[in-house]
Amino acid sequence: MSQEEKKVAKTGNEAFAEAMRQINPDVVAAYPITPATEIVQIFSQFVADGMVKTEFVPAESEHSAMSACIGASACGARAMTGTSAQGLALMWEMLYIAAGLRLPIVMAVVNRALSAPINIHCDHSDTMGARDSGWIQIFSENVQEAYDNLIQAVRIAEHPDVCLPVMVTTDGFILSHCLETLAMLSDEQVSQFVGPVPNRTDLLSSLEKNQPITIGALDLQDYYFEHRRQVAEAMVKAKRVIALIGDEFAKLSGRHYSFVEPYRLEEAEAAVVVMGSSTGTAKEVVDSLRASGKKVGLLKIRVFRPFPEEEIVKALGKVKVVGIMDRADGLNAVSGPLYPEIAAAFYHHQSRPQLLDFIYGLGGRDVPPRDIETIFSDLLEVTSSGKRNFTVKYIGVRE
Amino acid sequence: MKTAEEKKSTWKELPEGDVLEGASSLQFKTGNWRSIRPVHHPEKCIHCLLCWIACPDSAIKVKDGRFQTIDYDYCKGCGICSHECPKKAIEMVPEKK
Repeated sequence: MSQEEKKVAKTGNEAFAEAMRQINPDVVAAYPITPATEIVQIFSQFVADGMVKTEFVPAESEHSAMSACIGASACGARAMTGTSAQGLALMWEMLYIAAGLRLPIVMAVVNRALSAPINIHCDHSDTMGARDSGWIQIFSENVQEAYDNLIQAVRIAEHPDVCLPVMVTTDGFILSHCLETLAMLSDEQVSQFVGPVPNRTDLLSSLEKNQPITIGALDLQDYYFEHRRQVAEAMVKAKRVIALIGDEFAKLSGRHYSFVEPYRLEEAEAAVVVMGSSTGTAKEVVDSLRASGKKVGLLKIRVFRPFPEEEIVKALGKVKVVGIMDRADGLNAVSGPLYPEIAAAFYHHQSRPQLLDFIYGLGGRDVPPRDIETIFSDLLEVTSSGKRNFTVKYIGVRE
Repeated sequence: MKTAEEKKSTWKELPEGDVLEGASSLQFKTGNWRSIRPVHHPEKCIHCLLCWIACPDSAIKVKDGRFQTIDYDYCKGCGICSHECPKKAIEMVPEKK
């Protein structure tokens, strides 16, 4: 643990803005949307106060904000933004372009339900909607993780083997607006950790070398497939890089991050898989059930893209029954989006748990410990009876 | 345009991120999209160069402030030059095989 590290009280949005100040990107282009507004609002004050060298572009929409980040990044700049829900949805076509052009843009996303009905509170439907866009996706359990993840995201995105955009998420209001204590690195430490932008093939330097290039030209039947194959490979390589940057960050901060975080899974018969802020609540429930002799645990997924298939299988392979907590609905008449990916991960393995899906917390519906106790009680019922009576259950909805 | 004889790069050989050398559009002769052709009538032309300003494909060639020719390699036959010409000096005629 570093001597210079200090504990401070920050909301999730403040922590994101502070991390951005310390990263000191070349360009930030943004459009406000609740509950992510404060991130770039606070950051714009840093710009106005001359604390960063960033060119701040207040765009007329999220589509334009992402477009400006794409232009800046294509010119070799370190570009960042932040958004939420409808804003992320409005960026949708540009998300694919950022990834397809291999631009290492970093975005803070505050998870919020998608309309309709209109709602400003947390669920994961916005981020889940972007899961196949070619962006790396990192979820944060608390404000400390949000801060740490955003700093690591810059290095992951810009790594020459990766060159993919990264979104780091917090849960709307639960993390974005709640004050937590966190340990911040010094400005100098962050500045050294992120370093200068690595050399890439970019528009500005190609002009300087008098060898102009085109980025994003028409790419039809002959070449599109090869370029998309490269994106797929970059996502595979990102796995090694995320681990590498995690190790380097651990040396700097004393805080180690991996793809998943197993919690009390030793000899567990039942476990939940959870992402984001509900992990903290679920850990409390696991502790109290363990205290009463129940063999339960949990697995937190921190990195959703690239999908940590091996790590999930390794962590849960010996558990009898696993409940997957989906804070988004797939609206596919089967399950939420996390369930089928975990089921697929286990398909070719002999030793695999029974899986049940629990859709919870949509539109910011509170997730009290008793709801997670209900999930565990359903799971333990299956461990004792061996019978699985449903695939998906909605938790916390009025029946 | 890529020709059939050219060996095409594999995904491992191609530069990443859809990056091309500059001015690659010169190799793409978009003139073969044309279904109607602008024909210039020099006797009517006053060399105002509105056609040159308006042409979206830089296909009007000008020298020393005077209209020279139309570059049919890149003219797509949109007819904007003909529409803008105040002297009706550019006539659009169907392309014939």
